[in-house]
Amino acid sequence: MSALGQRLRLGAPAALVPLGAVAVAAAVGAGVMLAAGVNPLLGYEAMFRGALSVSNIDFAVAGFTAILAMSLAFAIPARMGEYNLGGDGQLVAGGIAAAAVALYVPGPAALLLPLCVVAGMLAGGTLASVSAPLSTRAGVPVIISTLLLSTPAVALTSYLVRFPMAQEGSPVPQTPRLPDAAHLPAFPGMSYTNAGLVLVLAVLLVTVYVDARTPVGYEVRVAGANRGFAAYGGLSVPRLTLGTLAAAGAVAGLAGAVIVMSQPFRFIDDALTAPGYTFAGVAAALLAGGRPALLPVTAALFTILSVGSAGMERDVDVPRQLGQVLQAVVILVLALRVLATRWIAARARRAAGGRA
Amino acid sequence: MDVLNLAFVAAVLTSAAPVLYAALGGALCGRAGVFNIALEGQLLWGAFTAVAVSWWSGNPWLGVLAAVAATAVFSLVLAVGAVAFRADPIIVAVGMNLLALGLTGFVMREALGATGTFAPAGLPGLPDLDVLDGVPVLGPVLGRATVLVPLALVLAVVLSLWLARTSIGLRLRGVGEHPEAATSLGVPVTRYQMATVVVAGALCGLGGAQLSLGTVTAFTENMTAGRGWVAVAAVMLAVSRPLWVLGACLLFGAAEAWGFRLQGIGLPQQLTDAAPYLVTLVVLVLSRIRVRRRLRAADPVAAESAAHPETALHPEEPR
Repeated sequence: MSALGQRLRLGAPAALVPLGAVAVAAAVGAGVMLAAGVNPLLGYEAMFRGALSVSNIDFAVAGFTAILAMSLAFAIPARMGEYNLGGDGQLVAGGIAAAAVALYVPGPAALLLPLCVVAGMLAGGTLASVSAPLSTRAGVPVIISTLLLSTPAVALTSYLVRFPMAQEGSPVPQTPRLPDAAHLPAFPGMSYTNAGLVLVLAVLLVTVYVDARTPVGYEVRVAGANRGFAAYGGLSVPRLTLGTLAAAGAVAGLAGAVIVMSQPFRFIDDALTAPGYTFAGVAAALLAGGRPALLPVTAALFTILSVGSAGMERDVDVPRQLGQVLQAVVILVLALRVLATRWIAARARRAAGGRA
Repeated sequence: MDVLNLAFVAAVLTSAAPVLYAALGGALCGRAGVFNIALEGQLLWGAFTAVAVSWWSGNPWLGVLAAVAATAVFSLVLAVGAVAFRADPIIVAVGMNLLALGLTGFVMREALGATGTFAPAGLPGLPDLDVLDGVPVLGPVLGRATVLVPLALVLAVVLSLWLARTSIGLRLRGVGEHPEAATSLGVPVTRYQMATVVVAGALCGLGGAQLSLGTVTAFTENMTAGRGWVAVAAVMLAVSRPLWVLGACLLFGAAEAWGFRLQGIGLPQQLTDAAPYLVTLVVLVLSRIRVRRRLRAADPVAAESAAHPETALHPEEPR
């Protein structure tokens, strides 16, 4: 069992737990909609339509790409018990690096496309890597340093698109449109769904493979299960921390690069962080527990929640923040589920006449 | 002392106060052995409740009271979940922070009819300490601040003395340092820890109210913008000692106030916004390296576990 799985105390009926969490969240959402005077059936229908109708699915798949990547960015370090909450910073770092390469390096698509993607992954990975020595050498927990690095990174990119990289005369802080050579090729008939989806799915496959089938994946899981044992067994915890954080940051950076290399082909200030991809990804990773292969399923669910809630706001006038609230409820139910198991165990003990 | 410098001190205190309230709450939790990283969400929740109730009632003090009460209630999620039932405090806190972000945005739209920012004309803010006008030093430093600013400073001193000198303070420290020993002496550990989390919630309510009714008179979506995380860093930096927390928060306040100054001479806001967080992180790293070195000299094995978030908040060496 993985570190995250243990922290979430995934028991035998493991599949029931995520389903239960989603059911509770759906019930809470229905309650909130009723309180707001909206028929929950219409509300949820609008939410699904907002994400899955023929006219919206193209955009929703782009959201899925980002959320899946961000769920990996949280899930990879979580395998060894580290929490990466700095996804926003890594996302914008990747986006701005890709935009910079696209805008300032001339070249054909065959050269520019991989270069932009690699630049984004390097930028995100580098930012996240900073937290590794801070944790292993200075003892600053990853969860704190990733967050404290995220705010300045977002502020710095905001500065860059407002001043040095800004499009002259634009009322919105944004970069100029990236050259055609840096546009990720879109699927036929689609405008948002593009090669980015393939890249992120490839990263997912590699992650699942490395996690389950390679020595490194095993080492990461051992370090997550018992850090002291891992060190005793000769594993280098600092190296594993660095590796998982660099990988996590690189995936987040990839998400940022993919976003700016898709419609409307610019880095627009706030456009990467405002949709809340990072915490949708966190929620998706927590819901998947310690099973990376489940990430596409949970990421799809949270895509419907976050992309669909915009449609819900349009159609039935329920604020889109409901999507965020429901994500939070899923996380809380997963964490607080021990309430139920503890209560049942306590009753069983009492019935057996033992002491608590 | 010239007026310019006193004005700078005033700006430092105003910037530091909201973070200080949250960090004092976090420090109490640290001393009681509870890992509380839900400060960000609680601060935001307090800021929102303060503005909403101040607007509906027309009385900013009712807003402050409501913020304290509502945030204390919100903190029960952590108290019941992570303390009473031993759920993972990190995941509970991540959920709470996200819940506060979503819920404040949702209620702001649904009940106040605003998106992004709620700052209607006539939103009652907390009054300044005008009575101090004309008093040397105190006038320029606190005259433009709300009473919540000096109260935060006083609280830091009071909590420090309270922890050190009172029997309840001693028990609270005992609960955090050695729960088993505290239990064997008849101290109800869980009850102490839950009460501490709720008090910390109330303090975050005060901090949020200062942010949205004092520092500015408005509520903006995600207006805490990481201040709760700076508070967590301050708690860690101070290893949960209230007076050191005060120092750490003043440092953050100074960085922010200095940033406002630099904006005044033309530096872009986006760059100066980043500075306080980086300063906090750098100082935290330096202090942790020192702590680690000391620990390693005493006990090399224990020092290796010092990177765990739960142990990094407590003044005693990790067991």
